Amino acid sequence: MSVIAPDETRRTPAPPPGTFLGMPAFPVNAEQQLANAQLRANLARATATIRAKRALRVAEVPQWEDLRAAAAAIKDRVLANLDTYLLQAEANLTKAGATVHWARDGDEANRIVTELVRATGATDVVKVKSMVTQETDLNEALERAGIAAWETDLAELIVQLGHDRPSHVLVPAIHRNRREIREIFLAEMGRYGTPAPPGLSDDPAELAGAARAHLREKFLVADVAISGGNFIVADTGTLVVVESEGNGRMCLTLPDTLISVVGIEKLVPTFEDLEVFLRLLPRSSTGERMNPYTSMWTGVTAGDGPQNVHVVLVDNGRTRALADPVGREALRCIRCSACMNICPVYREVGGHAYGSVYPGPIGIVLTPQLRGLDSAIDRSLPFASTLCGACVEVCPVGIDFPKLIVHLRRLVADRERTEPGLEPAVMAVGEWAFGQGKHLSLVERVAEIAGRVFGPWRFFRKLPWPGSLWTSGRDLPVPPRESFRHWWKRVKP
Amino acid sequence: MNARDEILARVRAGLADRGTGAGHPVDWVYGRATPLPDVLGRFVERCEDYQARVIRVAAPDVGPTLVRVLRESGITSAVWPAGLDAGWRAAVLAAGVTVIADDPPLTRRQLDETGGVVTAARVAVAETGTIVLDHAADQGRRALSLVPDFHLAIVRGDQVVSDVPEAVAVLRASIDAGRPLTWISGGSATSDIELERVEGVHGPRTLVIVLAE
Ligand code: SF4
Repeated sequence: MSVIAPDETRRTPAPPPGTFLGMPAFPVNAEQQLANAQLRANLARATATIRAKRALRVAEVPQWEDLRAAAAAIKDRVLANLDTYLLQAEANLTKAGATVHWARDGDEANRIVTELVRATGATDVVKVKSMVTQETDLNEALERAGIAAWETDLAELIVQLGHDRPSHVLVPAIHRNRREIREIFLAEMGRYGTPAPPGLSDDPAELAGAARAHLREKFLVADVAISGGNFIVADTGTLVVVESEGNGRMCLTLPDTLISVVGIEKLVPTFEDLEVFLRLLPRSSTGERMNPYTSMWTGVTAGDGPQNVHVVLVDNGRTRALADPVGREALRCIRCSACMNICPVYREVGGHAYGSVYPGPIGIVLTPQLRGLDSAIDRSLPFASTLCGACVEVCPVGIDFPKLIVHLRRLVADRERTEPGLEPAVMAVGEWAFGQGKHLSLVERVAEIAGRVFGPWRFFRKLPWPGSLWTSGRDLPVPPRESFRHWWKRVKP
Repeated sequence: MNARDEILARVRAGLADRGTGAGHPVDWVYGRATPLPDVLGRFVERCEDYQARVIRVAAPDVGPTLVRVLRESGITSAVWPAGLDAGWRAAVLAAGVTVIADDPPLTRRQLDETGGVVTAARVAVAETGTIVLDHAADQGRRALSLVPDFHLAIVRGDQVVSDVPEAVAVLRASIDAGRPLTWISGGSATSDIELERVEGVHGPRTLVIVLAE
């Protein structure tokens, strides 16, 4: 692992250069990631562990299928009446002493947050893991404004100190093993605060202890915290943050100013609806009956916690997804990450290949809708699937992934037909698939399904060597259409 | 158009296909109990599964039990919320434990230097091994049960419900009163390093629950 020289012009560790949107299409990224044996080993072990835990905890709940159906119905109700629930939430938040802000896109959200932080005079903020602020790249916006944003979730800390990007929604450092984490802590912690103890071993308990000491100092002085939110309850104005480590509680409780940045789809109609989601989410995500800590707060409570409370409601492409009657189903997602843990493509290529803060099945159906189909990476995402359907089985809100994926592939095909100048995402998938013998086992499944939509001729017109050998040496233009399902049945863990 | 109006307009335009009817009925009965043969037994079992220690005592024995647990744990000073039982407080004081009031409010550093905290709870969930604090006077504001490294919580047997739905139903009143809630299931934990569970990251590293029957 290379140690990155500190950049004296920055307050926080520099992330890797480039942006997600500037990344090449999925096949190119996936190819790079497949070459990383450490990543694949880490991922295989971690996802196998978490899948087993999930299965165990789900099996304990006899009403599981009823709960999933209820969750899907509640989320569909929210989406169908989103304007009403947003206004209701705004009114209740305001009544409870919170200030509500609205942001059309990521830049606007970042601007609002930066101004709110500036108004407090703070130059450092502590952050609870939040997907939406990753979407908007808030940390870098704050850095440019001279404000240091410190990630406090252990995995996010590993990612931040490692000059890295998250690769999983729930376990962002899932691609790092303990030895790498030890090296990162030893090299970087001292530059940004309390250093790691010199004799630090790679024992996870010791590593967690080093993070505790490093972050405690930040919690004890922070004046401003930035959080996301798992749910906003429309009928009470309550925000909910579900977490494990207690860093969330620290951020939500100790500073005087709390700014929560939340996607507009995070609503639930009533407080009672939480009984459904609080049973589904922990079991689906970490495979626990209940996560260690859940915090709920409603605006300002006199004498308890932050007295300056803000909520930023972020669109950033959500209304684009909402406008698609088929695609909007992806907005049900509660970010449990079960779909990525079960996904055979995710498991092999890891989260970084997707060029999106949301990897795996949810990433390939949500990201192209949030960002649109302008970039090659977004057009290629719907093809990063074999349509095996494993994700459908585990999704707690019943998202019908194959339906959405096929729908999005059609949209991509239409777009590329009408705008011939675009780099054809499908072609890229096909060439990658058949041009690399070693990837064939994975990618024939990806490409095969693409073939269902576009017809096999698109893949076989101009395959480069050695794919050309492969095609000429065999009769079948594409792998048999049912091959993947059979394969999946055979190898399914 | 300002951002608010524009987002709302986009939402409405995006939902042009929605009909007028109620739609999306939710087929779910709220607030149901989960049938359990022994609610308290399940609560104890599930807490212990999450590495929390649970001590079952008869209600009159809570005071002496607090003294014993604090002593065993080497806690010589504990934050004591203003509304927590005065009899228990007297017992703990008599045993030589320094009892610290949050009046005037303790600073973060003072809390960080305090050995532990004793609180009540609002409701507890058997199936998940969870206690929920609504931070009323017998529990104190949120920081009290967060920053000290040792948390002793006293739960009455009649506060333990079977599962999450019953707890949510109980907690509606707290939410309507504007109270924050903290759901605690075992101690602070992380699985961020190779999915290996490590107990105790930022929250109190030790959680002891005294279940008073
Ligand atoms: S799509 Fe479903 S399974 Fe995937 S993260 Fe969202 S809720 Fe979980």
